[in-house]
This record gives sequence, C-alpha cells and structure tokens, in this order.
Amino acid sequence: MLKLEKRASPSTFWTWAAPVVAVALTMVVGGLMFAALGKNPFVAIRTIFWDPLFGEFAFYFRGQLLVKAAPVILIAVGLSLGFRAGIWNIGAEGQYIMGALFGGGVGLAFYPAEHWFIFPLCILAAALGGWLWGMIPAILKVRFRTNEILVSLLLVYVAQAFLASMSLGLLKNPEGQGFPGSRSLAQYPATANPELIAGTGIHWGVIAAAVVVLLTWVLLDRHILGFQIKLAGQAPRAARFAGVSPSRLVLLCMGVSGALAGLAGFFEVAGPAGQIKIGFNVGYGFSAIIVAFLGRLSPLGILLAGLLMALTYVGGENASTNLGLPSAAIQAFQGMLLFFLLAVDMFTNYRLRLVRRRVA
Amino acid sequence: MLGGIDPVVLIAALMVASVPILLAAIGELVVEKAGVLNLGVEGMMIMGAICGFATAVSTGSVWLGFVGGALGGAGLSLIFAFLTQIMLANQTATGLALTLFGLGFSSLIGQGYGGMKPPPIGPVPFGPLADLPVLGKILFSHDPMVYVSIAVVAATAWFLKKTRKGLILKAVGENHDAAHALGYKVVRIRVLAILFGGALAGLGGSYVSLVRVPQWTDGITAGAGWIALAIVVFGSWKPWRVLLGAWLFGGITVLQLNMQAAGSWLPVQYLSMSPYLITILVLVVMSADRSRAAMNAPAALGKNFQASR
Amino acid sequence: MNRRTLLTSVAAATAVASLPRIALAQAPVKVGYIYVGPKNDGGWSQHHAEAVAKAKAHFGDKVEIVEQETVPEGADAERVMTQMALGGAQLIFATSFGYMEPTLNVAGKFPNVKFEHATGYKTAPNMSAYNARFYEGRAVCGTIAGRMTKSNKIGYIASFPIPEVIQGINSTYIHAKKVNPAVEIKVVWAFTWFDPAKEADATQALIDQGCDVVLAHTDSTAPLATLKKAGAYGFGQAGDMIEYAPTPRLSSVIDEWAPYYIERIQALLDGTWASQNVWYGIKEGMVGIGAISDAVPAEVKAEAEALRDSIAAGTYKPFTGPLNKQDGSAWLADGEVAGDDVLSGLSFYVEGIDAEIPK
Repeated sequence: MLKLEKRASPSTFWTWAAPVVAVALTMVVGGLMFAALGKNPFVAIRTIFWDPLFGEFAFYFRGQLLVKAAPVILIAVGLSLGFRAGIWNIGAEGQYIMGALFGGGVGLAFYPAEHWFIFPLCILAAALGGWLWGMIPAILKVRFRTNEILVSLLLVYVAQAFLASMSLGLLKNPEGQGFPGSRSLAQYPATANPELIAGTGIHWGVIAAAVVVLLTWVLLDRHILGFQIKLAGQAPRAARFAGVSPSRLVLLCMGVSGALAGLAGFFEVAGPAGQIKIGFNVGYGFSAIIVAFLGRLSPLGILLAGLLMALTYVGGENASTNLGLPSAAIQAFQGMLLFFLLAVDMFTNYRLRLVRRRVA
Repeated sequence: MLGGIDPVVLIAALMVASVPILLAAIGELVVEKAGVLNLGVEGMMIMGAICGFATAVSTGSVWLGFVGGALGGAGLSLIFAFLTQIMLANQTATGLALTLFGLGFSSLIGQGYGGMKPPPIGPVPFGPLADLPVLGKILFSHDPMVYVSIAVVAATAWFLKKTRKGLILKAVGENHDAAHALGYKVVRIRVLAILFGGALAGLGGSYVSLVRVPQWTDGITAGAGWIALAIVVFGSWKPWRVLLGAWLFGGITVLQLNMQAAGSWLPVQYLSMSPYLITILVLVVMSADRSRAAMNAPAALGKNFQASR
Repeated sequence: MNRRTLLTSVAAATAVASLPRIALAQAPVKVGYIYVGPKNDGGWSQHHAEAVAKAKAHFGDKVEIVEQETVPEGADAERVMTQMALGGAQLIFATSFGYMEPTLNVAGKFPNVKFEHATGYKTAPNMSAYNARFYEGRAVCGTIAGRMTKSNKIGYIASFPIPEVIQGINSTYIHAKKVNPAVEIKVVWAFTWFDPAKEADATQALIDQGCDVVLAHTDSTAPLATLKKAGAYGFGQAGDMIEYAPTPRLSSVIDEWAPYYIERIQALLDGTWASQNVWYGIKEGMVGIGAISDAVPAEVKAEAEALRDSIAAGTYKPFTGPLNKQDGSAWLADGEVAGDDVLSGLSFYVEGIDAEIPK
C-alpha cells in the first residue's frame, strides 16, 4: 500500500513543481467544467491566465494585478509571521476594516483642510486601528489563554457592524444626498492615495506591500526575532529555553499583522475603493489567509501567491465578460485552484512510499 | 410584554429562525470535538441548500429534499476531509477555500431553479395540544424539522457523553498521538466526524431553502455558516449550550426585528454586535478558569495528524 | 505602447475593418452592462438583466452586449468598466448606486465612450444618470393596502435609510391614509437589499405585530412566501412576482428598464446620445404597476387604477400638499407639489408616521 513519509527537509524540486502541477491540474478540471458549460475551454483558460499578462490590453491589466494583489499581500505577510509562530490571527478582515475607519476617520476630521501631514497621520492612525483590533485577541490570549482563532474571527463581525454604524452615522457624507457612506477620500487631496505613475496601478499600498515583503524577508533571514518566530513555531519548548517569551511573541505577531491589515484597509479606502461604506471590504482579509498558506508563509512565496490569486480574479472577470461565463463558474474555478494547490503542496514535505504489508 | 412584543410569539419565532444555525453548529461541534476546525460551514450549508432544493423540486418530496441537502453538504465536506486528513493541507486555509468553492458551485447548480417553489411542509399535527395557551404555540406548532433539530442535539449530547465511540472521538480531539498509540484510527474517525458535520450543515442549509424562505436564490444562506461557527464557541463545545447559543443568536435577530416592528427605536448595529461580544466574554470567562477550559476546548483543534509509523 | 496610441490604433483598425463591409452590414455596436448581484438573484440585478435581454432581442445583430455580474462597488467596478471600454464598448450601463464614483472615474478616462449610471445623482458630459420614481408605484400600492387592511396596520420592510426608501415609506403612508384615516405604518429596517432569511424574519415580525399588509423594499420574494403562509397580503417588488398572485400578491411595482435601454442604445446608433439626468416614472413607463389581482374588490381596483392613470397622465403627483413634516412643521401648502430637488434627497417622514429614521 501507499504510505506518506515525512521528508527530512522540504523538497526543492516540489517547492517549485507543486504550484505548476496544481495550476495544470486546475486547467484540466476547470477546462472540463467550462466545456460542460458550453464554452471553449482553451479560450477560457487563455483568457484567465494569459490575456491579463500578455494579451492585447495587458498594459492595463498588469497594473490592475498590483492593485488587486497589494492589499492581500500586505495582510498575508503580516499573518504569516504569526502563523509561523503558531499564532492564528484569522480576523484580518476586521483589522482591515478598523484600519480603514481609523485612518479614514482621522483624515475626514480635517476636511476640508489641506496639510502635508494629514496623509502620514492617516497612515499612522490606520496602523493604530488595526493594531488595536489585533491586540484584543492578543491580550485575551496572553492574559486568559483565550483561543485567538475564535476571538479574532468573532471580532470581524463586530467590526462589520461598527462599519455599518459609522457609514450610516458619524462618517456619513453630509453632501451625499442621504446615502450611507463617507465623503470620498480619494477626491479629498489631503487623504487621496492616487495612482503614482499613470497606467501602472502603483499606489502607496503597492509600495508598502513591496517594502513589507522585503523587510520581512530580511527579518526572517537575518534577524534574531525572525529566528525566534521560526523556533517558536517549530519547537515551542526549545524556544522557551532559548529565552523566547511566548507572550511577547503573541503580542508582537498579532500587533504587527493587525497594523499591516489596518494599513491595507486605509490604502484601499483612500485609493481604489475611494470611500468608507458598508461592504467596501470584499474579503481581502480572508483571501490573505489562503495566500499566506499558498505562499508557504515565506514573503517571496506570498508575493507570488498573491499575484496568482489576483490573476485569477482579473482574468476570471475577463472570461466572464467576454465569454459570458457565469461569475459563479469563476468562483468555483478559483476554489478548485486552491484545492489543488493545497493538495499538491503535500509533496514538498512528504513523499509517497510503496510499502509492502507484512503478512500476518 | 416587552415593549408591545408577545414573548410567546417571539419564542416560537426564534425556535424556527435558529434551526439552520443550530443544525450546522451541532455538526461543527462534533467536527471540532474530533480535533478538526472546518471553517467551510457556509460553503457546506449553501451546497445543502441547493442540493436539497433541487432534490425536493424534482422528486416532489420535501423529505427526500432534506436527505439530498445532507448528502450535498457531506459531499462537499468529503473534499475537506481528503485535503486535510489525507493530503495534510492546512485546515484553516482549506475551510476558507471550501466556502469559496461552495458559494460558486451552488450557484452554478442552481441556475434554472430560481423562481421555483418547493413542496410545502406543514406543522406536525398535534391536534388539540396545539391549541393550548402559551405552550401550544411554543411547543406544538412547529414543522417537523424543529423537533428533529432538537432531537439531534439530544442524540449528540448522549453520543458524546455516554457512548464509548463518543469518548474515542473526544480522545482523538484531545490528543491524536495518544489515541493513535492506543490503536484508534485517528484519520478514519476524523473523516467520519467531518462527513457528519457536512451532512448537518447541509441539512441546515436545506432547511433555509425548503422551509425558512422557501425558494432558491444565490447566496441564500447569507452568512449563517459563520454564525454557526461562533455558536459552537459560545456553547463551549457542549450540545445543550449550543442550542441555547443558537436561540440567543437567532433570538437577537428576531427580537431586533420585532422591536423595530413594535415601534421602539434601537441602535440596530450595536445590538447585532452584542451576541459576538457576549461570545467573546463567555470565551474569556471559560478560558480564565483553568480547570474548565481544559475540559471543553479540544486540545488538538486545528492540528493535523500524521502517523509516524 | 501607451493607452492613447493603442486606443487610436484599435479605433483605426475597427474603422478599416468595417469599411468593405459597410454595404453588407454595420459591425455591431458593443454595449456593456455591469450588475451588482448575480443575474439570477430574483431581484434588482435580474430585472436589469432581463431588460437587457429584451433590448438585445430588439436590436438583434446591430448590437453586441457584454455583461458582468456580481461586480463589487469600488475598484473592481472601475476595472470591469475599463476593460469593457478597452474592449470596444461604446456605451456602458452601471446598474447600481454604488457604481457612481467608479463610473465617473472611468468616464473621465474614456471621453469617447458613453456611460449611464442607475439611481445616482452625478453626471458628466459623457455620463448620464437615470432613476425611476418608484414612489409613484408605492402610491398605488399604498391605496390598495389602505383599503385592504383589516387591522389598520401596514408593514414596510425597508432596506437602507436612503431617499428612495424614505420616499417609498412616505408615499405608501400618505396614500393609505387618504383612503383609510385610521391606518398606521410600521417600519422594519433590514439593513440589507437581499437576505431572504432575514426578509422572511422581518415579515414575520411585522405579522406578529398585527400587520396584515406588508410592503417590501428589499428584493427577494421571501416576504411574499412568508405572507402566503400567514394569510396576509403583500406586493411584488422590482419584478411582477406574479407567481404569488392572486394572494398574497395583490399588485406590484415593477422596474421597467427595457424601454429606457432601447431608447438609449437607439440614441447611440443614431448619433443623438447626449448626457442627461432623468427621473422617469409611470408616465414614461419606467415604473410599471402589475395587474391587480382578483383578491382586490372591484371598486378598490378601479380606485387604484384611476390613481395610476392620473399619475401616468401627469395630472396627479404623489407628493402634493397639504403635507406636514413628521414634527408637525409645514412642508407643502395645499396644492403645492414637492420639487425634485427636495424629493431626491428626502430625509424626513411626513406627519402621522410614528417611527424614526435610523441614524
């Protein structure tokens, strides 16, 4: 029979081959689904994976990939630190919302003044908002050993209700004809997070994501803290002997991931989303969890996984518009891709062994 | 009287409103007791909603519809079981992917079922009992699934507490290595628990599309699966407390709408936060007490098992 | 290659390609639509999509339709519309309020593409706004509701506190009160446009509070299904929902987008398209009143139809004085008609409604 055997160290071959195999498998199975829906599978696959990168309008879509991927990558990198140390923050969606509310709220408090310091202040406030929201489960965990998975998840709903209340009340645009939602942050020059180089899609959030990826890579590779995080995840007991304080690590990881999610939230409402309103959060906080794992919790991996995820969104949308595929089919397709990626990933750490059963 | 609200009517209404989240939460409770965290409840519920609806419409039997719903949910959970138990994929990520896939796939299956009506289901005929004052409305006026859901709670409580199999399941959730050393088939038990969780989530979903709303539309479960996850925690992994939690969560929604209808103004958004805040509070109190925390939350929750030999 | 040169070369290529074929047939004109929900949501998006299908059938080969469903309101909407514009769409309809700013942004980037935004208030030289006077339909339903209620309590399931919904509540109440001075209206805010289970609960809550006629300003048929079980009355919303006739559905307020879509696409084909901001009602055919069912007595039916016809003829406006605001202060003098500037931002109830608008 077949048996799984843990590899001594992750396979270099499979590290690179796994995503390729997964994408290939998704293309086959997804292609069958598209064919079953009466569409040409080859055209559909090309529209999803090729056209946004190299098609006729790639000059526009390449930038859009960055817009779509940046918040997810920013959040996922933060989450990956905690995940490595065995600290499970799955409430990034809530921290993202709170960051947007804090950052946006501070910015709008100055409306309509114009000062150079408003934008940096918003960024700080956003990080603070996300950090605070992340500290709630962290402190409860440190102080009462409360399960952070559950508390951080529950706080997402609280944040959503808070967002609704703010959009309908305190932050509601007084000139918005009674519609819920804040003033436009993107059109208020002091808070706007515009496209910095026309046509590239690059805004401050994209730059922040790139910087954070780089910093995290250095941190994990070069810094003692990175070593402590990795050690805490792999060998908690050894970590304690090595003088790593678990409490400090929890506070740090939850705080950092919260702050990064908060930043992502503000960059989004001040730029691409444009304003704070009910439902501006489209699930980036949850997508980021998947992206963190697909990227194997490494900054570079997350960068690639985030871009791949963005590609399926942007390309999937194109397929939907141009080929008339229902958007549900695209959603199912993305789900499949994730399934295959998660499944095939096993081969990096395990190998299949044919073992003969001993005859009794 | 609560600001013009008849408490009897309110209780009867919340019992019905909480059936889907109750069923899904009980299923998830068993899954978590086995040490597995499946965040894909919403996906399994909506698969159950469409499979149940499609079955009921095509067979004309609402009961076959419930069976179809349970099978639909269990079918989707099989993917989760395969990925997490055989392929050792991360449970959190797989659960989230399951919801994404379930939402998309259900909508694909459901194209063409919009605007249809499923066969109706009436209240259980209790005869004169239903006319009793107060009790008649609360206890004897519901459709059969309300009673089924409570029976499921009772059965699960009994199974976990009184049967050997239940003890084994909990042992697996506490410490899979020890359970394995004792010769229990950790993976098999967990797969079965996941399937059970999927079936109940599917059943809960089909209650939405067959009884609560009765119709099929995309996204009909509207986040009920996420609430079910919260209820399991609120109920501190105890079936009867989960029932209480489902009534509280279902009750707050119903109460909120009733109070509005009765004309009392209230901050809806803050009220809708309250069950989550209460749940967090419950969690904190529970985990602060060392002895009780250890008894409830499964120690191996969310950790994958791989037999070393 | 930058965007501008690319766009010109695409345009040039299309022009060249179409030259030899001019005698045979014009290349189809591409028209794009984006929807906020799935095309089969049974509500708002579905009715837009159905209207688009009618427009498509009307124009046949002359028009090519590209559609995208479930587009979140924000950066995603901007991307989808940009993609449509790049792909050669000459007219793009954005069918939800939340698309207003994204549409404005994309319209700025593509001055040669025309845009139409539903239910908003901002326009641009190449961007129109179109909205329907749903409250005119509510006036007819309110009249029927006022006559049909036995408990004198009418329920209203409201989505979000926006002008459109507040117009609807006021219009319903004013016209129910006109035919039944004893009537009360109870409002439940669901804070969603679409959540069948919650809509069902809200309906049940209103029934439990003694309402026997319930109007919904949310999009699913769940309220009607609940009303059917309870033996109460309701109305179709967005679509005709005729499958619930004769009871509980007594009539309906129908979103009739098809005539507008045909008119605007025709204008594009004719080269007469110009930016405008329209608010059409029963008269222009954007709001339809579904057949009044046999459960309604003949004289009530006649009364409701007369009201509908007078609105259609333009001889009656639903917001005509004397009307006071909720706090008792004067709003409209006898015979005075509310201006569109006030109506389009309506944020208060009229006198007699015992409820508060959530803040």
